[in-house]
Amino acid sequence: MVVDRIPSGTRDVLPDEMRELRAMTDRIRAVFDRAGYGEVYTPALEYERTFASDRAGRGWLATPPAYRVFDEQGNVLVLRSDMTIPIARLVANRYQHSELPLRFSYLAHAYRSVRPQRGQSREFLQAGVELIGSPSPEGTAEVLGVLCAALDSAGLQSYRVGLGDAALYPSLLEQLGIGEEIRERILRELVDGDFVGVEREVAALSLAGDDAELLLRVPQTRGGPEVLEGLAGPLHDAGSGMRTVHAMLAREVAARIIFDLGLVRSLGYYTGAVFQVYDPAHGLPIGSGGRYDELLGLFGRPLPAVGFALNVERLHIALTGEERGRPRAQT
Amino acid sequence: MSDLRIAVPRGALFDETLTLLSRLDIDVAEVRTNDRKLLFEDAGLVTMRPSDVPTYVESGVADIGITGKDVLMEQSEREVYELIDLGYGRCRMVLATAAGEDRAAETLRRLGVVRIATKYPRVAARHFEQTGRQAEIVEVRGSVELAPITGLAEGIVDLTATGTTLRENGLVVREEIAECTARLIANPVSHKLKAAAIDALLERLK
Repeated sequence: MVVDRIPSGTRDVLPDEMRELRAMTDRIRAVFDRAGYGEVYTPALEYERTFASDRAGRGWLATPPAYRVFDEQGNVLVLRSDMTIPIARLVANRYQHSELPLRFSYLAHAYRSVRPQRGQSREFLQAGVELIGSPSPEGTAEVLGVLCAALDSAGLQSYRVGLGDAALYPSLLEQLGIGEEIRERILRELVDGDFVGVEREVAALSLAGDDAELLLRVPQTRGGPEVLEGLAGPLHDAGSGMRTVHAMLAREVAARIIFDLGLVRSLGYYTGAVFQVYDPAHGLPIGSGGRYDELLGLFGRPLPAVGFALNVERLHIALTGEERGRPRAQT
Repeated sequence: MSDLRIAVPRGALFDETLTLLSRLDIDVAEVRTNDRKLLFEDAGLVTMRPSDVPTYVESGVADIGITGKDVLMEQSEREVYELIDLGYGRCRMVLATAAGEDRAAETLRRLGVVRIATKYPRVAARHFEQTGRQAEIVEVRGSVELAPITGLAEGIVDLTATGTTLRENGLVVREEIAECTARLIANPVSHKLKAAAIDALLERLK
C-alpha cells in the first residue's frame, strides 16, 4: 500500500491526545486570562525583514525562520520561528499610544528547522505571555508568577524554574578586559554546554589565577539563594538584581526558583533576567523566557519587556511522565 | 553514592571508567563480572556502546555519562553538557592513506574529489570543508583500514591510539584532526535539578 507521508517533524493529533491537550491548554488560557493577559493571534506568515537577524541585537537569532515562500509580488515571507518577535511588531504597529503596561498571551504554533532523525518538531505549539512596558524587577516578578500559575494549573508538580541573567557572563568577560572575538568564542562554548571548551579558551588567556577561576566557576554556579551571597565586583549588580526579583515573588513561586549564574540563552534579544523551566520527568527544558528590553526599540517603540513561552508538547510529556511516576521520558 | 544514573561505555574506555567509578566508591564489582547485564540499578549504572552514551544522557534517562571526545565530535548537535576532560583513553583522530606517495593528494589534484572512508562521516566532512577540499565521504561500520587497501577509498579518517593497526595495513598518518580523550557529560536538566550530587562528584574527580 502506498502511504501518503507527512513531513518529518510534523504529526497528526488524534482525539484522545487532542482531548488531553485541550484540557491542559484551556486551564493555562484561563490563568493567562485571569492575570489580565489578553490573547492575541498573529499571522503564521510574516515578511522576512521582520525576522531579520540584525533585529536580534548581537545577530544571534538562535532559531531563525526556516521556511520561506514567495508571495505573488515576489516578496519573501517566512513562517514565524517564535511569537515574541511578531508581538513586538504588533505592539509597535498597533499600540503606539496605548497606556502601559500591555499584557498579551498566545497559544500558537511556531516553526523551526530540525536536524535529521532527531525527532524534533518543525511545528510546535507554544503557550506564553508578553508583558510590555513594565521594567525589572516588578515585570519580571509578575511574569514568573504567571508562569508558575500556568504550570500549576496544568497539574505539573515537580518543576523548578532556573533564573539567571543574560548580561552577567558577557559583562564579566568584558570587565576582565577580554577582547570581543574571544568573548564571543567563550560564550559560544557556554551556549553549547562545552565546559571543557570554556576551560581551554580561558587557559589560553593567561589571566590572573583568581580571574580564571572565577570565569570557570561562575557558569557552573547554580542552587539556592546561597549562591548569590558574596558576589562581588562585576557580579554584584546581577546578583542583587536576582535577589530583588526573588524577594518580590510569592512564597510558593520563590520556592520553585533555582539561581543559575551560568544560564545563557542563545536567543540574542535577551538583555537581563532569563529563565528556563525544568522538570525531572523530561530531559529537556519545557519552557523558557526572559527580559528583552531592547527588542521593542528595534521596531520603533523602545519599551522594556519580559515574557515566556511553554512548549505545550513537552509539558504534556512531562505531565504524563509525572503521572506514571516513572523517572524519565524522551521527547 | 547518590541518586545519579550514570551511562558507562563498554569497549575501549570500559576498564578505566570502572576504575574511576570505583575510586568514587561506586560498587562496580557486578559490572566487571557480568558482561550480559546492561542495567545495574543498585549501583546506578547502565552500560552501552560509547556512541549511545550521548543519546541516553541527552534524553535524561541517564543523568551523566562517560564517552570519548570522538563520539561527541561526531554527534556535536546533542544537547548535553561536556563537564570535564577525564584524561584517559587518549587517542588521535587522523587522516591516513597508503604509505608511499600520497594517493589522496594526487587524486584531489587530478580528479578534484577524494574518497574518504570513515566511521565518523561528520567529522571527516567538516575537516575537509574547513581545509577547503572536496571529499566524497564513504561511511563504513568496521575495519576502516580495508577501504584504502581495496581501493574503495583513497584515505580514511579514523581514531588511532598507537598506530599499530594503521601500520600493519600499510597506512600512514597524513594529518592529525584532533586529540580525543574520555569526557564526562551531563544532561542539562539533571545538571540543574541534581546540582549538588553532580558537583560532589566533580569535586572528587578534580
